[in-house]
Amino acid sequence: MAIKQNLRTMKWAAWLGWQMESNWADPFLFIVYSVAKPIAGSLILVVMYTIIAQLGGDTDPALFSFMYIGNAFFMYVMLLLWHVTWVIHDDREHFQTMRYIYIAPFNYFIYILGRTISNIVITTFGVIITLVFGVFVLGVDIPLGAINWPLFVIVMVIGLIGIMAFGLALAGISFITAKHSMGMNEGIGGIFYLFCGVIFPVSVLPGWGIAFAKILPTTYWLDMIRRTMGVGAGVDPALAGVSMTSSLLILCISTVAISIFAVLIFKLGDYIARSKGLIDMTTAY
Amino acid sequence: MTKYAVELKDLCRTFKTRAVKGTRKKQLVTALDGVDLRIKEGELFGLLGPNGAGKTTIIKILSTLLFPTSGEAKVLGYDVMKESHKIRKVINMVSGGESSGYGLLTVDENLWMFTQFYGMPGKVARKRIDALLRIMELEEKRNVKVRTLSTGMRQKTNMIRGFMTDPSVIFLDEPTLGLDVNAARMIRKFIKNWIRAKPERTVLLTTHYMMEADELCDRVAIINEGKVLACDTPENLKRLVAQESTLKLEIRLVKDIRAFENIKGVKHFTYDHNINAGLTKLKFILDDDAIVSDIVSAVPKSGSKIVSVEKVEPTLEDVFVTLVGRGLVNDI
Ligand SMILES: Nc1ncnc2c1ncn2[C@@H]1O[C@H](COP(=O)(O)OP(=O)(O)O)[C@@H](O)[C@H]1O
Ligand SMILES: [Mg+2]
Repeated sequence: MAIKQNLRTMKWAAWLGWQMESNWADPFLFIVYSVAKPIAGSLILVVMYTIIAQLGGDTDPALFSFMYIGNAFFMYVMLLLWHVTWVIHDDREHFQTMRYIYIAPFNYFIYILGRTISNIVITTFGVIITLVFGVFVLGVDIPLGAINWPLFVIVMVIGLIGIMAFGLALAGISFITAKHSMGMNEGIGGIFYLFCGVIFPVSVLPGWGIAFAKILPTTYWLDMIRRTMGVGAGVDPALAGVSMTSSLLILCISTVAISIFAVLIFKLGDYIARSKGLIDMTTAY
Repeated sequence: MTKYAVELKDLCRTFKTRAVKGTRKKQLVTALDGVDLRIKEGELFGLLGPNGAGKTTIIKILSTLLFPTSGEAKVLGYDVMKESHKIRKVINMVSGGESSGYGLLTVDENLWMFTQFYGMPGKVARKRIDALLRIMELEEKRNVKVRTLSTGMRQKTNMIRGFMTDPSVIFLDEPTLGLDVNAARMIRKFIKNWIRAKPERTVLLTTHYMMEADELCDRVAIINEGKVLACDTPENLKRLVAQESTLKLEIRLVKDIRAFENIKGVKHFTYDHNINAGLTKLKFILDDDAIVSDIVSAVPKSGSKIVSVEKVEPTLEDVFVTLVGRGLVNDI
């Protein structure tokens, strides 16, 4: 009964999310935008790689693959950190439906998750375009036959849960902060970008940076993505010593820890917001 | 033990407001100051009070949007602090005077989506939505995007959203605020019929229109500055001031309103100048009918002439004026 209701909530929240995403006046523009954005991101990466290579005199194609995969999959991180908070902001300020959503007898986590699904699908589309563009235009070598698909899928799911949990914690905070929370999310996204081995190996960070990187689940997630795909793996000396099993184990444990932490933060944010009367506030700018 | 639909015990709520520019200190605003109320199942109960009285704060606490600062609030026996999830299953809430809704969805889509969030079976949901759209005369707008609706229609859509889940207790915060006369009348009629259809249904509505409270409610609590001043049926409340009588006077625009001050036997008086019509309307609440002549003789002293005199039955407005010493709204 509860599961059925949660699935129903998820379905209609996802439907709502999709209505918002596809609410473009011109579907053609929507598609162009969805394609152009990831390709532009890839081209920026080429520029960055060229600069790094010239500075370091290092033109290892494995490094480019490393960067390319990190950049492509990091799109999920930026999306989820940003979007979960956006849902709250949008319901509260824009549609003024927050109070009615809030008092509905459903699981709010499921609602938020549902609202995010269509964005995950669109982002997946963007990631695939980025990878295809990388293979055919930039010569990134992705050996499709060698990918460990089952493990890849498992890693993807665990990774997305972990990032989603981060988003949820931020959403809990945005319950009480309203205005500046979108900036905060970008800041946190930036920290992940620097410390999780997205476009340069963790090993180039100072000692404390490496230590910090090694407690972030996203570091292991990206590492495991590279390993299961067999692309750009082993480039990072800081992680090369960790075995595949250990890496997966750490990913699982840290994801569970992050999820518990996120739910607690969310509940705390919810409690404070309800104490201070901020649930349905509008800042009216 | 009787189960109350709503039970408030010494309910208090304060808000810290942001420090005003130039000052450091945060202000502490008292929205509710020890409210005690018991609303029985099946009652159509009204909270009547001016702006800022604390009506919305009560509604928010009961609909699980806001915690009390102290005291107790229960809905159908469930505590708002500890049993929100149980409360949410049996209530709904609609606030007037706002334009909420997913503008990019149609009326029907907005409503349908909420029935799904409430776990309503599809057939029941469809039937209820259809019936309510018909009652609210929104049938031909069902496939229209909400963002293109007028404020009144949006409010009706919101009303349907609240009622379609068939809540045991519904909270309506100024349901007719900003609506035109016809729409407001339709909504009032709907609320009356809705509560009559099933004896266990309870409505708590807030309003600052005394007419609305008088016409609709089984019982009314008069609330001002976070305190309940009186709570009874409209008839009994009016009886509070019935031994006093009310005199309405229309006179030519006065030169000196002070002529009417300090007349013995006048409990309160309010006035309203209508410059365009060249008239002043006065309303007196009297202890004793005998002083009508004193008032009439004060008219020439004020530099005016009588246009009409009328003795009226007391209204809830008069009750409010008697209790608070000023009018609910600015009109007479
Ligand atoms: N979130 C809030 N922050 C600060 N003050 C508030 C807040 N909500 C309500 N108040 C104050 O509490 C008092 C009661 O408000 P409210 O319940 O909205 O009154 P009503 O609905 O009767 O007009 C008012 O003085 C209002 O300014
Ligand atoms: Mg109000």
